[in-house]
Amino acid sequence: MDALDLARWQFGITTIYHFLFVPLTIGLSVIVASLQTAWFRTGREEYLRATKFFGKLFLINFAMGVVTGIVQEFQFGMNWSAYSTFVGDVFGAPLAMEALIAFFLESTFIGLWIFGWDRLRKGVHLACIWAAAIGSNLSAYFILAANAWMRNPVGYEVDRATGRARLTDIGAVLTNPQAWSTYTHVVAAAFLIAGLFVAAVSSWKLMRERWSRPGDRAPHPSEHTLFRKTLRTGFLVTLAAGVLVIASGDHQAKLAATYEPMKLASAEALWQTEESAGFSLFAVGDVQGSRNHVNVQIPGVLSFLATGSPWGPVQGIENVQAQYEALYGPGDYRPNIAVLYWAFRLMMGLGLAGVAVATAGLWLTRGGRLPGFTRDGAPAPAGRLSRWAYRGVVAALPAALAGNIAGWVLTEMGRQPWTVHGELLTAQSVSPGVSLGQVAFSLAAFTALYGILAVVEVRLLFRYVAAGPAAPAAPPGPADDADTDAERRPAAFSY
Amino acid sequence: MDLPTIWFLAVAVLWTGYLVLEGFDFGVGMLVRVLGRDEEDDREAALGAIGPVWDGNEVWLIAAVGAMFAAFPAWYAAMLSGLYLPVLLVLLGLIVRGVGLEYRHKRSDAPWKARWDLLIGLGSLVPAFVWGMVLANLVRGLPTVLSAPGSGQNTVVTASLGDLLNGYALLGGVVTTALFLLHGAVFLALKTDGPVRYRARRFALRAVAPVLLVTVAFLAATLALREPSWTTTVAWVSGAALAAAGVALLAGREGWAFTATALAIGGLSVVLFGQLYPTLLPSTTDPAHTLTVANAASAPYTLGVMSWIAAVFLPLVLGYQSWSYWVFRRRLGGARVAPAGTSDTGDTAVPAPR
Ligand code: HDD
Ligand code: HEM
Ligand code: HEM
Repeated sequence: MDALDLARWQFGITTIYHFLFVPLTIGLSVIVASLQTAWFRTGREEYLRATKFFGKLFLINFAMGVVTGIVQEFQFGMNWSAYSTFVGDVFGAPLAMEALIAFFLESTFIGLWIFGWDRLRKGVHLACIWAAAIGSNLSAYFILAANAWMRNPVGYEVDRATGRARLTDIGAVLTNPQAWSTYTHVVAAAFLIAGLFVAAVSSWKLMRERWSRPGDRAPHPSEHTLFRKTLRTGFLVTLAAGVLVIASGDHQAKLAATYEPMKLASAEALWQTEESAGFSLFAVGDVQGSRNHVNVQIPGVLSFLATGSPWGPVQGIENVQAQYEALYGPGDYRPNIAVLYWAFRLMMGLGLAGVAVATAGLWLTRGGRLPGFTRDGAPAPAGRLSRWAYRGVVAALPAALAGNIAGWVLTEMGRQPWTVHGELLTAQSVSPGVSLGQVAFSLAAFTALYGILAVVEVRLLFRYVAAGPAAPAAPPGPADDADTDAERRPAAFSY
Repeated sequence: MDLPTIWFLAVAVLWTGYLVLEGFDFGVGMLVRVLGRDEEDDREAALGAIGPVWDGNEVWLIAAVGAMFAAFPAWYAAMLSGLYLPVLLVLLGLIVRGVGLEYRHKRSDAPWKARWDLLIGLGSLVPAFVWGMVLANLVRGLPTVLSAPGSGQNTVVTASLGDLLNGYALLGGVVTTALFLLHGAVFLALKTDGPVRYRARRFALRAVAPVLLVTVAFLAATLALREPSWTTTVAWVSGAALAAAGVALLAGREGWAFTATALAIGGLSVVLFGQLYPTLLPSTTDPAHTLTVANAASAPYTLGVMSWIAAVFLPLVLGYQSWSYWVFRRRLGGARVAPAGTSDTGDTAVPAPR
């Protein structure tokens, strides 16, 4: 273990942790804004309840996204100072834009939304949550453009005098095909997860309504219809997002074949270049011997994924390795093949399992049906499987989150040994002045703190889900009647 | 003015905005348990006053650091890696504080709230102190080596914790902490009503003189570091603003008092960055290692692009953030009958507010 290894672990752990909250923020902000829009347009109380209920859950998650994001902003300088000096000129620009354009928007309007329920006119208040949602979805673009640049560096040159990258074309950086393709894939995956979150929460509430435990408070009668509706909404969001995830994932694979053939070959454990390469379902490989002992394949599918034709050639690990040695000099340019191979399968398997659950759920709830209930919401004799149907929806959420993380492990570890593909090796990126002890200390501190906070946040989420949407007070009007008592109450009461 | 200088100014402006804005919410965070010591309503009023705005204030830091990254990558890299442990402490503080501010009112039981109040206090105190210490060290200079021969861009800070804990830097930490406490108290006097307001005002009145003292000492030490120029004038303004804050408080003019403490903090920040310019990270080992605005700047193209972005979006940000302060302009708390124990005579001995 040296400082480099620990710095990599720290970056991986903190970023993955940040990215547990981010997809929920990206998707839920829009879902909550849509619910509030529905309330604004129809005036129906159930939408207000849904807005407030999912709004609270959204905020519990949002707080964690914000505080873990701050760490990311500093970490490049703390642990990757050589990298930061090399790329700052190019990479810093999108990051600074993200703060100026997106984060200010998001954080200011979230504050206005949380505390503005009784201080702003309804329309203005609604605009606030939309502004925050737009901020979230914008912020993802800038950071992903920065990340995409590391995989496919464009719009720059390396200054021979200083040895640093220099931005030459910001347009190229922001329209990098890797950037918009990744953005589509990541944001679609975020909506997939957020849809499942809404569905899982609704499913859990309906399950507890039907199979209540001793001591449960009877839910408010309106909750049944509310959660049935949000359940289906969640499924629909997940299914629609799932289609986009698959389409954009296909495009990502094509881009990987073009720009990072080593990543794709490793993710498939494809050792030699093949025409009409098959998609591997299961393999046991021998990394030293560069071959697979067992490999169960669907013929032609990998070629189709990578090139659009089932007969197209896909480059193999050995071939790319030879090519890179010729280009960049001797060295091992292979990432961790076993990790990539399984990350790719976990991403697709677990993520798509969520889509399958959503599809099955839409079918099971078609035309007013709901397992375990009669059409008008009374408990009905249930088949043995109906309770498992609800549990399945709840389980799909952590599965999809894990699939999402696996996708990032694929992306980031597949880029190894480079931080900036073809330009800068990870080993050259680490801070020269930071000692092993310092990184070990920060790694331990972040891991411990993040672990504790995870427990706190999950328990809080459960608490709020269990409490359910309380009947909200009559929607307050605009704040034109000066100094009433309500005005002076600490606004924290709105949440 | 050339682009690197403009971007040095931009970074200084963002840091100054950060210190002035987050300064008062750090102060409030540190004071919650003191000023709201016996009533949950009071603590809620105090935290409610910063609730809608603290996150927006913190983004000033993210923007400042992002701007350093984009405009002066070597500065960003050398500073954050060189001051690794202090920066780590700041981050840990900001994490628990941010979570605390969002989570404390999510449950109504007292132990939960008390625990978060403690963490909010600590999470405000630590960054308040450490930022002062970090900025002071940055202006004072740090020991360095070059990781590779060549220009100053490969400068690596080698300071040990002992090097960082020098008298000047510690004074810097004390000064930012003290200023933020005062700033936070004045903010509460301005934004709340009832016991919190009176206690905050009393606290501020008592604090002004000692805060003025340490601030003047630190300003003088900062001016003595390097040949002072126009920064002397700013230092005078900063000190005078603090004195004016005391006068305004005595007169019951809380709005003016807040303007004055904001000016004092802003002035201090300007003096620090003014004394730093045109260097970014002076080396105490070898002047050849010193990072300067000229040798650490990104290419003109990058700075040009960033200038356009900043020119368009910074005014917009200022616009909607001001609007948000306007929306939440009303005082919180209010005409609650003071429970026994809070109404020692001091509560009403201050001139009627206006
Ligand atoms: C639950 C979410 C989810 C699901 C169901 C999928 N993905 Fe994905 N995938 C991600 C979530 C994700 C991700 C976490 O969001 C990644 C990481 C970085 C990125 O761009 O998206 C990712 C990366 C990623 C990459 C690597 C991109 C790169 O490094 O250049 C490829 C090739 C694919 N995906 C392809 C697919 C295919 C072909 C899928 C199914 C048909 C698929 N993904 C489903
Ligand atoms: C949010 C989703 C992301 C996740 C889950 C993620 C995950 C990871 C992981 C697991 C590593 C460690 C790789 C290894 O040990 O080999 C890593 C490294 C790294 N990633 Fe990411 N990453 C994400 C996004 C980003 C983004 C958006 C950027 C840039 C803006 C980025 C930049 C880096 C850098 C600089 C390293 C360190 C060098 C290295 O070890 O490769 N990552 N990331
Ligand atoms: C590794 C590089 C990353 C950095 C430096 C970074 C930086 C940050 C920072 C500083 C915040 C807090 C903003 C605030 O105070 O309001 C934040 C939150 C956020 N980040 Fe990241 N982030 C990274 C990875 C990502 C990725 C990969 C995405 C999206 C795909 C993303 C999307 C978001 C979003 C939507 C938020 C809003 C708050 C929330 O997530 O709950 N970030 N990030």
